[in-house]
Amino acid sequence: MPTSHDVTSPAVVELIDVGKVYRNGELEVAALRGVSLRIDEKEFVAIVGPSGSGKSTLMHILGCLDVPTSGVFRIVGHDAQSLDEDVLARIRNMFIGFVFQQFNLLAHMTALQNVELPLVYAAIDPDERRARAVAALERVSLVDRAEHRPGELSGGQQQRVAVARALVTDPALILADEPTGNLDSVAAADVLVLLEELNADGRTLVLITHERDVATRAHRIIEMRDGQAVDSDHAVEVVRRGGRV
Amino acid sequence: MTWRDTLWTALDAVRSHRLRSSLTMLGILIGITAVVLTVGIGQGASATVRDQINELGTNLLVVSPGSSTNSTGVRTGFATATTLMQADATALTSKVAAPDVEAVSPVSTASAELVNPTTGANWTTTLTGTTPSWQTTRSRGAVQGRFLTATDERNAAAVVVLGPDTVTQLFPGVDPLGSSVTYNGVKLQVVGVLANLSSAEQAASNDLAVVPLSTYSQRLVGGASRNSVSSIYVKSTSAGTLSAAYQETNALLLNSHHVANAGTADFSVATQQSILAASNQVDNTLTVMLAGIAVISLLVGGIGVMNIMLVSVTERIREIGVRKAIGAAPSVIRRQFLVEASVLGLAGGLLGVGLGVLGAVLVPEFSDQRVILSIPASIGAIVIAVGIGVVFGVYPASRAARLAPIDALRSE
Repeated sequence: MPTSHDVTSPAVVELIDVGKVYRNGELEVAALRGVSLRIDEKEFVAIVGPSGSGKSTLMHILGCLDVPTSGVFRIVGHDAQSLDEDVLARIRNMFIGFVFQQFNLLAHMTALQNVELPLVYAAIDPDERRARAVAALERVSLVDRAEHRPGELSGGQQQRVAVARALVTDPALILADEPTGNLDSVAAADVLVLLEELNADGRTLVLITHERDVATRAHRIIEMRDGQAVDSDHAVEVVRRGGRV
Repeated sequence: MTWRDTLWTALDAVRSHRLRSSLTMLGILIGITAVVLTVGIGQGASATVRDQINELGTNLLVVSPGSSTNSTGVRTGFATATTLMQADATALTSKVAAPDVEAVSPVSTASAELVNPTTGANWTTTLTGTTPSWQTTRSRGAVQGRFLTATDERNAAAVVVLGPDTVTQLFPGVDPLGSSVTYNGVKLQVVGVLANLSSAEQAASNDLAVVPLSTYSQRLVGGASRNSVSSIYVKSTSAGTLSAAYQETNALLLNSHHVANAGTADFSVATQQSILAASNQVDNTLTVMLAGIAVISLLVGGIGVMNIMLVSVTERIREIGVRKAIGAAPSVIRRQFLVEASVLGLAGGLLGVGLGVLGAVLVPEFSDQRVILSIPASIGAIVIAVGIGVVFGVYPASRAARLAPIDALRSE
C-alpha cells in the first residue's frame, strides 16, 4: 500500500483489482489479473516489465483507450466505465497527453499541423491554435521544423514533435509508452529530459519502459509480471540499485 | 471540432489520396454526365417536335384513312386502308356543314423516280398530289415561280412544284423554272420551287414534288384507288375554332361514311396537339429509358464511393486510432468520413455537370441531335451526387467511428 501519499487529495488515476481478458476466438488471454494501484498528482512513475507482462494493456487502460473487463478504474475520481465515448474522448483530449513508441504522427500533415490537431478537436479557434502549437514546438526546440512533414524529420525530431503534441493541450497526465524505444541514445536522452521537465512543471508522468536505466529516473517504479503489479518494495529495491533516491 | 475544420480535414484527405479520390469521382462523374445529357437530349427532342408542329400551324387537323372493321371483326391499322376519298375533301369545303373550316387540302403521296431529261439525272422523291389550298393548310408557298393554281387542277396540267432539296439533286446549279422532269415517261413542267423549311429537321420536308391532285390520279399514279387520298389537311379559321372544326369534320365524315358508332370509324382525325402528345410520349419513353441507364450508373458510382470509403477506413485505421487517442469523439470521426464522401460526391457532380455541358455543346456538332441544358436538372444532379456521397458514406463512416481506439492504434 502506498501509504506515504496524501489520501485527502484525489488520485489522478486509481485502479482497484482491475482485470483485462482478451478473447481471441475460443482462446482467452488474461493480460491483467487484479491490478490495484494509484498514481497521484505530480508523480513520475515508471512501469517496467518484460514484454507480455501486461504493461501496455495497463497503459491503455490508464489512457482511456481501453476498458477493463473487471475491477474499477477511476480517473480523477470518475469511474471510467460509467463514462461514454464522447466524455472519454474529451478526457483524452484535455487531460491526457500521449507519447507512443511509434511516434504516431499523421504523415500527410506538417509538424505544426500535427501539434495543432488536439486543439482542432478541442474546437480552439485557428489563431490561438497556431500560437499554442508554435509555443509547444518552441518548447521542444523544433520551431524551425514546423513546416516539415514527419517523413522529413529524424526519429528523435519526430518524437519531439509527438511530445509537443502531447503537451499542447496542457494536460495533467502524460502517458509515454516506450518513448525512447525507437531512438538512438542521444535522441533518447533529449526526449527523456523533455519528459522530466514536463513532470517538473507539475504534470503527472507515467512512463513505460523495459530499460532499467530509464526506469531509475522515476520517483516510483511499478513492475508488471504476468499481468500483476509486483509489490512496490521490490520496485523500491530496483530504484535503490539504480542509485536514485 | 468546428465544421470548417471538418471540411478542411476532408479536403486534405481527398487531396492527399489523389488517385483514389479521382477514381471514386469518376464513377459519380459518369453518372451525372449521363443524367445531364439524357435530360438535355430529351428536352432537345421535345423542342424539335414542338418547333415542327408550330411550323405547320397549331390550327391544323389531319384526317387519315383506315381503322376500318372488316367482316370478320378484325380492325385494320390507321392509314392502311383506302377509305378516304377526294369527295370527302370536297364535302368539307362546305361553309354550311363546316363553317369553322378555312381550307381543305386532300393529299396523295407516292414514292417516285423523277428524271431530268436534259442531263439524265434521276432522283427518287415523294410525289405529292394536292390542290392549291395546300399553300394555306401547310402555310407554305413557292419562293420561285408559282404554286399550283385552280386551272392546273381543273385541267390536270402537267406541271410540278419542286422542293428545294429536290431541285439541288435534279438541277444542280441551274435555274429549274421552265425546264421539265419526267416521271414514267410523262413530262412535267417545273413551274415553281417551294420555300426552304429551315427549322424542320426532317429532310423530307424539303425533298418533294408537288403536282395537281387531278394530274396525280388521272395521269401519273392512277390505279384502282385513284379517287382515294392518303390524308386530308383541314385548317380551322383560327386556333380558337380548332375544336369546333374538329367536331364538324368528324360529324360530316361519320355521316358521309354512314358510320353510326364513332368507335368503328374508318378514318381518324388528329390535331397537332394529339400528334405532339404522341410524339412526346415516344420521347418520354426514350428519356425514361436513358434516365434508367443514368440512375444505374449513379448507383454503380455510389457503390464505388462506398467501396473506396471502406477501403479508406481500413487503410487509415491507424490514423483513426491516433485521432481518437488525441481526443476525436466518435461523432467527429463519423462526420469527417461523411464530409469526405460528400466532398467526393460534390466534386464528381460538378465535374459531371461540366462534362455534360461540354457534351451538350459537342453532340450537336457531330449529329442532328439537339441538346437543351436544363439548369434545374443540373442543380438536381449535383444534389443527387452529394446525396449519393452521404448515403453511401454512412456505413463506412459509422464503421470508422465505432472502432475502439486501441484496436485502431494496434493495427499495423
